[in-house]
Amino acid sequence: MVTISMEIQILFAGALFLTGLLGLLVRRNIIFMLLSIEIMLNSAALVFIIAGSHWMQADGQVMFIFILTVSAAEVSVGLALILQMYHHYRTLDADAINRLHDKKENEK
Amino acid sequence: MTNYIGLIPAIPLLSFLIIALLGKFIPRKGVAILGVGSVTLSSLITIVTGVNFISSHPDGGAWISTFYTWINAGGFSADISFRLDSLSLIFCFVITFVGTLIHLYSIEFMKDDEGFARFFAYMNLFVSSMLILVLADNLLLLYFGWEGVGLCSYLLIGFWYKDPANGAAARKAFIVTRIGDTSMIIGLFLLFVSFGTLNIESVMQQAPVKWSPGAPLAVISAILLLGGALGKSAQLPLQTWLPDAMAGPSPVSALIHAATMVTAGVYLIARMNVLFTLAPAVQTAIAVIGAATLLIAGFSALTQHDLKRVLAYSTISQIGYMFLALGVGAWSAAIFHFMIHAFFKALLFLGAGSIILLLHEEHDMFKMGGLRKKLPVIFITFLIGGASLSALPLITAGFYSKDQILWLSWSSGMGSKWLWLAGITGAFITSLYTFRMIFLTFFGELKIQPKHKPGLLMTIPLIILASLSLVGGFIELPDNLGPIRLFSKLLTPLLPAITLSNETTPEWMFQIISAIISVGGIYLAYIFFYKKSAFSVSFGKSRLSYFFYKGWEFDRLYDILFVRPIVWLSEINKKDFIDKIYTCIATATGFFNMLLTKTQNGKLRWYVTVLTAGIIVLLTIMLIL
Amino acid sequence: MNTIFYIAGGVAIISSLLAITNRNAIHALLYLILSLLSISVIFYILGAPFSAALEVIVYAGAIMVLFIFVVMMLNIGLEEEQENKWLTPRMWIVPSILALALLIIFIYVLKEFQFEKTTADIIGPKQVGIKMFTKYLLAVEISAILLLAGIIGGYHLGKQKKKVLHRFIDNIRKI
Repeated sequence: MVTISMEIQILFAGALFLTGLLGLLVRRNIIFMLLSIEIMLNSAALVFIIAGSHWMQADGQVMFIFILTVSAAEVSVGLALILQMYHHYRTLDADAINRLHDKKENEK
Repeated sequence: MTNYIGLIPAIPLLSFLIIALLGKFIPRKGVAILGVGSVTLSSLITIVTGVNFISSHPDGGAWISTFYTWINAGGFSADISFRLDSLSLIFCFVITFVGTLIHLYSIEFMKDDEGFARFFAYMNLFVSSMLILVLADNLLLLYFGWEGVGLCSYLLIGFWYKDPANGAAARKAFIVTRIGDTSMIIGLFLLFVSFGTLNIESVMQQAPVKWSPGAPLAVISAILLLGGALGKSAQLPLQTWLPDAMAGPSPVSALIHAATMVTAGVYLIARMNVLFTLAPAVQTAIAVIGAATLLIAGFSALTQHDLKRVLAYSTISQIGYMFLALGVGAWSAAIFHFMIHAFFKALLFLGAGSIILLLHEEHDMFKMGGLRKKLPVIFITFLIGGASLSALPLITAGFYSKDQILWLSWSSGMGSKWLWLAGITGAFITSLYTFRMIFLTFFGELKIQPKHKPGLLMTIPLIILASLSLVGGFIELPDNLGPIRLFSKLLTPLLPAITLSNETTPEWMFQIISAIISVGGIYLAYIFFYKKSAFSVSFGKSRLSYFFYKGWEFDRLYDILFVRPIVWLSEINKKDFIDKIYTCIATATGFFNMLLTKTQNGKLRWYVTVLTAGIIVLLTIMLIL
Repeated sequence: MNTIFYIAGGVAIISSLLAITNRNAIHALLYLILSLLSISVIFYILGAPFSAALEVIVYAGAIMVLFIFVVMMLNIGLEEEQENKWLTPRMWIVPSILALALLIIFIYVLKEFQFEKTTADIIGPKQVGIKMFTKYLLAVEISAILLLAGIIGGYHLGKQKKKVLHRFIDNIRKI
């Protein structure tokens, strides 16, 4: 079996996470943002698996299954939202959807 | 038996609550029955209790009935507790008895007024508060009643609130008396700090033990209490509110601003006599203030045109006599004059009120005249009241009470000939202005036709008060004419007896002098205002007369001394520089908010970036620390 | 085995990087699937064969197919121009600094830890199943509800015929 030290393994998972984060920060296309989130979720799951195998516990895999569930639900809702967004705004630009922003009234 | 004491203030209070809460649903007749009936009932209870009290001679000279503990915190406790002794008995009697007559009179006086129920509610509240004031066992409860009557006075002066001038008069009365009240409450704090209690009896017992005569604390607390008394009793320098207080209905002037409330100061000083005895300087000050006030107010009364303002200044002047008596240590003489004054001054106010009502709200005496034949009942009773006020010798009660004060102001241990001189001058002026008023109003040619004859409800109180103004004096006759000492005997254990100076002049000399003065004043008034001598006409137009007419320009003086500087300061501080600090905080908050809103641009990636940066900062801090 | 780990890890990170930098959505998704598959290899060699299978079936299979379907439904095709406009080199500066900073923190933290070396063993589906339905039963119920919510949300939001996303948004648009 693998004899690499756990630090290296977790560092690898961290690198994967940062890759996802980088994608999230850089991309304006909302599909790519969702995709980056998937990478980040995956890296989190990877850490659980690593820890589970390190201490010989099944809990790590149980957590992976929960993350899988969450990500499945998240993707289904997220993709539905993307569909609606594209339907309404004819764009996938995340920056274009900025109605959360206070209008200029409050700034005077 | 003692528990009945509580009913005396409780019944008017109950009636006030009923009228105030349900006044809209009760017909006028019901309101009248409730309002008058409650006061009548408490006056009957007072008389019954009084008879019992005098015949039973209770231990310690007082009945005390405690209802419950009002406040009990730390070392301080105050009870709702009433104390009936001879002093409060006399006050209770005057309040309820005169109060009943005035309430009776008000039914007719106010019968066309839309605020009928409101009027009786206020009047009942006033009677109740005044009774609490005089019956209170501790100074805190006394202060409660004190403020209660102040409130009622405010409400009733501004009773016809639709005229802004009345509201202004009410505010003036409230604010000016407030100055005195503030001084009084500070005095109460001082007493509490010194003795750890506000119970009147224990304060009176501890004061001579802890304080030697003339001790600084005794003087200070006496001055502070005196301040309260001056405000309430409209004495120099806080006398300016009373003439304006005549804006209220006449029964109010009769009850509150002549007979009862304004004498609360006299009551307070008589009640705290031990304290004032410990501060001889303050007592002398009381005498001097009284003498000065009676002269100033007397001269002002001499030049007024408004019938009620004459009576208002006259009230100030008569209370000045009471203060003079208190100042020279003639405690019971002051209380005696209070009682007689309540009778004849209520009578005069009620008479004046009827005249004004029947002459279509005409206040100016110079536009009246010749009412002697048209309104004979009012004329005769008014004449009796006026005679009593100007102390016509032998037959009127006013003679006996005032003569006592004048004699004692000379011959008391603390008296002096200057005080006497002021008093006797005041007496002369009193009879002059009283009969000026009578000659102008009732003699001469008829100028305004009265609406109708006064009804029975008006005349009966007038007649009862008139007879009391005549015979009321016979319960206390001087040594050479009686002697009868019913009144002072009643008060003897409670109020210290007067100490006469060594070389006493016989009393009869003073009686003759004051008799001559009184009759002389009437004769002079006859010449000046019935015959209309040239001097009186030219004096009436002089500047001095105008100066007196304006009440010695005290209002203008206070305006210059206090009102304008305060207005000036407020002008400067219009923008409120202390507020600047808070505005600054608000502006800074707004500014930072503006900065923060800039960050809220609705861009999801920006949020994520900031979030990440925040996480990095937090992690770095955690790692470094 | 260690070699396999390094290879699979390298493939995973490179394919992830390619996925996030690619201009074409379909290509990016294919890179992502590659990344997921290599991660499932890592799972396997870490002694979690059940998780590795789930990774392939659910992630690479179901979820990614969902992605691809959506991309196809949107019919975005080749939009290189737009992506070129959006992905200017300047965009990379701040995110890269942040990611680098986080990486440094990671390394710094991991250096502090000292894990003793253990040899991993296989944890089969049986152990996982027992843990799930005993200790984590409540969590399983909750994730069931979450999935239900996901189904309902996906159905509700994904309806194409509805003209409005939400009545509030619609109102705002009218204004």
